[in-house]
Amino acid sequence: MSRQPVIVGVADAPTHERGRALPGTHVLNMQRDCANAALAEAGLTMADVDGLAVAGMWGMPGPGAMQPNLLAEYLGIRLPKYLDGTNVGGSAFVLHAGHAYEMIKAGVCDTVLILYGSMQKSQSARSLGGRPALFSNQWDIVSGLPLPAGAYAMAANRHAHEYGSTRETLAEIAVSTRAWAGLNPAAAFRDPMSIDDVLAAPPIVDPLGRFDCCLVTDGGGAVIMTTEERAKDLRQKPIYMLGHGESASHVNINYMPDMARLEVAEASSQRAYAQAGRGSADMDMAMIYDSFTITVLLTLEALGICNIGEGKDFVKGQRTAPGGEFPLNTNGGGLSYCHPGMYGIFLLIEATRQLRGDAGARQVEGLTNAVCHGTGGVLSSGATVVLSNTKD
Amino acid sequence: MTYDKPVPSIDPDSAPYWEGAMDGKLMIQRCNATGQAFLYSRQLVPGVVESQVEWIEASGRGTIYSYTVARRPAGPAFADDAPYVIVSVTLEEGARIMTNLVTDDPDSVAIGQAVEVVFDAVTDELTIPKFRLV
Repeated sequence: MSRQPVIVGVADAPTHERGRALPGTHVLNMQRDCANAALAEAGLTMADVDGLAVAGMWGMPGPGAMQPNLLAEYLGIRLPKYLDGTNVGGSAFVLHAGHAYEMIKAGVCDTVLILYGSMQKSQSARSLGGRPALFSNQWDIVSGLPLPAGAYAMAANRHAHEYGSTRETLAEIAVSTRAWAGLNPAAAFRDPMSIDDVLAAPPIVDPLGRFDCCLVTDGGGAVIMTTEERAKDLRQKPIYMLGHGESASHVNINYMPDMARLEVAEASSQRAYAQAGRGSADMDMAMIYDSFTITVLLTLEALGICNIGEGKDFVKGQRTAPGGEFPLNTNGGGLSYCHPGMYGIFLLIEATRQLRGDAGARQVEGLTNAVCHGTGGVLSSGATVVLSNTKD
Repeated sequence: MTYDKPVPSIDPDSAPYWEGAMDGKLMIQRCNATGQAFLYSRQLVPGVVESQVEWIEASGRGTIYSYTVARRPAGPAFADDAPYVIVSVTLEEGARIMTNLVTDDPDSVAIGQAVEVVFDAVTDELTIPKFRLV
């Protein structure tokens, strides 16, 4: 009996009007619908779920502080054997997948539902200006650092200083990601964009302008993991999770030891690659959390997709766009597809679809291995998983 | 005049910093075991207990480690200031501090520039250490 953990179902919530949830949706029925859709494509039902991993910003202050309990109640998951509410920012769902891997492999539970939903756009709920100046945030909040964008901007300026990346480097990422979004009917923003469009956009926090920053949308998603053995009876080609890693370093960007290097991603990816027995050179595509364009540049280097400091050459000339040398963020990313506050679950969903061959007009041919990396907070936490359509 | 920007939730770890600022002193912490100076961040002294950390007065001189110019403010309270500059400064002692750079020319700010502390008494109870170009 192989307890090799696999992904057997994925789903994302439909949206319209540039990332708005459909009428009649709220944060719980959105998640119910995503869970049921992912279970249905796998050939499972909610009765099969015995592990639940969730994170979010909804329902707080209040019952949202205990989201695993609340969703077990709402979804009717009876006596789950594994609960995870770890919230380390938008990376959380990639980290949950790593935890689920270990729980499934160890036999604690058989089928895990990883779940997210947000109505932040419809509810105009993205009010991060009210963060209290507590603990290490006494310094950044008091100085008026716009969060999270300003923190990423500081990293971008430091990276530019050390390695010579430019606004054009960052624009390459925004443009290639938009081109992928053009192939994804579910993406909120699909119109083609040029480097000049990105450079001419309204400035937000130097060197980042509007198109260097992720969208503000509603959205949700679900991922179902189980064992390879169980997957034999199910409807989808299983996608193997072969390795995972996670780490964290700071809350205030001032305490990121080296703002030009994403050391949490170096650490988490090295563990993931070692466990998978596959390295960065084996990765045929990458799904990288693109909260901001600089997040992608730092992560490409940290994952070893290119060398440290060489990201500017790696992304130059639209090498990561459709038809380019290296497929990156093929759903259109948080920059152009959707970004409902926390985005990590969509990395797993898109990599699974690509590795299965279910990605429609944006399908990349000949894929075997994909690396997903989520970033949370202000480059604070990182989680990596290595996925593949073969374990051989 | 009322001060409507966020004020720090001062705690036992940060009180000497803010109290020092009221007296025109830039206070930072130093680890007796390693000699390393730091501000707030505990990760620089892994495994060193609190009693081995002392507060010292910094020279107030340093260089810009990184910065950003906020073209859009962090909420309405900062609207009249935009564009304004937030800096991360590496002090001579080695600690890194985040605060504002006081300047009329945000476009001229660059990493590596030398800066010195100035004290901005924004209320009777709060003085914020900031920096200016030397």
